[in-house]
Amino acid sequence: MSLAFNIHPGANTPIYRQITDQVRLAVTTGKLAVGDQLPSVRALAEELVVNPNTVARAYADLMREGLLESRAGRGVFITPKRKVFSRAEGWRRLEPLLDTLIGEAMTLDFTREELREALEKKLTQWKQPKGGEQ
Amino acid sequence: MNDTSVIQTRGLTKYFGRQPAVYELNLEVPRGCVFAFLGRNGSGKTTTIRMLMGLAQPTRGTGTIFGCNIEALTPEIRARIGYLTEEHQLYGWMNVTESGAFQAEFFPRWNDRIFRGIAGHFGLKPTAKVKDLSRGERAGLCLALTLAPEPELLMLDDPGLGLDPVARRSLVESMIFLTRKSDRTIFFSSHHLSDVERVADYIAVLDRSVLRACCPLEKFQESVQQVRMQFSGAPPVLPKIPGLLQAVRTENELRVTCAHYNGQTESILRSLSPLTMETVPLGLEEAFISYLGERGEKTFILSELEAQP
Repeated sequence: MSLAFNIHPGANTPIYRQITDQVRLAVTTGKLAVGDQLPSVRALAEELVVNPNTVARAYADLMREGLLESRAGRGVFITPKRKVFSRAEGWRRLEPLLDTLIGEAMTLDFTREELREALEKKLTQWKQPKGGEQ
Repeated sequence: MNDTSVIQTRGLTKYFGRQPAVYELNLEVPRGCVFAFLGRNGSGKTTTIRMLMGLAQPTRGTGTIFGCNIEALTPEIRARIGYLTEEHQLYGWMNVTESGAFQAEFFPRWNDRIFRGIAGHFGLKPTAKVKDLSRGERAGLCLALTLAPEPELLMLDDPGLGLDPVARRSLVESMIFLTRKSDRTIFFSSHHLSDVERVADYIAVLDRSVLRACCPLEKFQESVQQVRMQFSGAPPVLPKIPGLLQAVRTENELRVTCAHYNGQTESILRSLSPLTMETVPLGLEEAFISYLGERGEKTFILSELEAQP
């Protein structure tokens, strides 16, 4: 399956982080499954019109996290084992997102109850990622 | 001498009269990278490039390209460099194909497929007369002429100048195409920071003749941070902060932009005991503007305007 990346130079996030974030999101939401292949560094660089080193760096980060693996001569694939972050690191990354969500909801005058319901409803819509732990 | 560096300068300086155009420049451009040379107009970028190309004599300091002194570049070394000037010098009476054939005579290694490929990428008709070409088309032709000899080092002096977004994208694509060969180095100056963000590995920032930063692109982006602090009343007076670029105060908010943001900076800011404190990473353009804009503390410009009678 191919993933449609959306790259915005000029954003506050460096381009390599935009790529890693989008791959991670695609894996958690099930858009990318274990064994799916990603384009080669060169192909993705030309598709997104960015420096190949930027793509290489993004892929290297994802490999270090254990989300991607490179199979010699065949390409880059999503790996089965997905123990990506420690629990503490996971919380550290989740916290600011929760703050943003709750902050927005309060600004828009949603009640706590409404927010809880909406979250529950969303959770049922999202596919359980394959090969995930817990 | 480091042989992984294609370009190296030591204290390179050029005065025009009493005015330094480039002051004590120490630059190192690694082989195989895309190096963006940034700075405001008149900060000395073109003068630096002209010195590197042996077209302007340094007042003092030294520099090498491929290990060869820039004041005595041999024809062999020059043949390995593709140099595109800001002005796009071309002969108006030639057509596109003739321009290519003429240029090819000067280069033992001329790849006509690259010439035609790049020219085609910019939508140039082979029979089009140079004098009838648009600004973007001229830029495309010049780029094709510069790339066809397959230079190991490409020196582009503001190649995006005056180009429309479509032509600029073609330019960026051509630069990425060139990185197919890993030993190719591109050194270019530009004001289009979104393009720089797409293609550059390294950036150097020149500020009024002085080199202020020279590092990997992401490192620059990460070292410039903005901190937004809210206070119950008017923000307190700002203590001395190392690396302070800008501080903007509004009624009860203080926004501080710092270079080399670290734990020390954070603890100084925390000591002001703000109600909330939020660190915001800046995009390249924002980081660049705070880096080269006016330093120090100021109020938001519009509130200043309103205050006037």
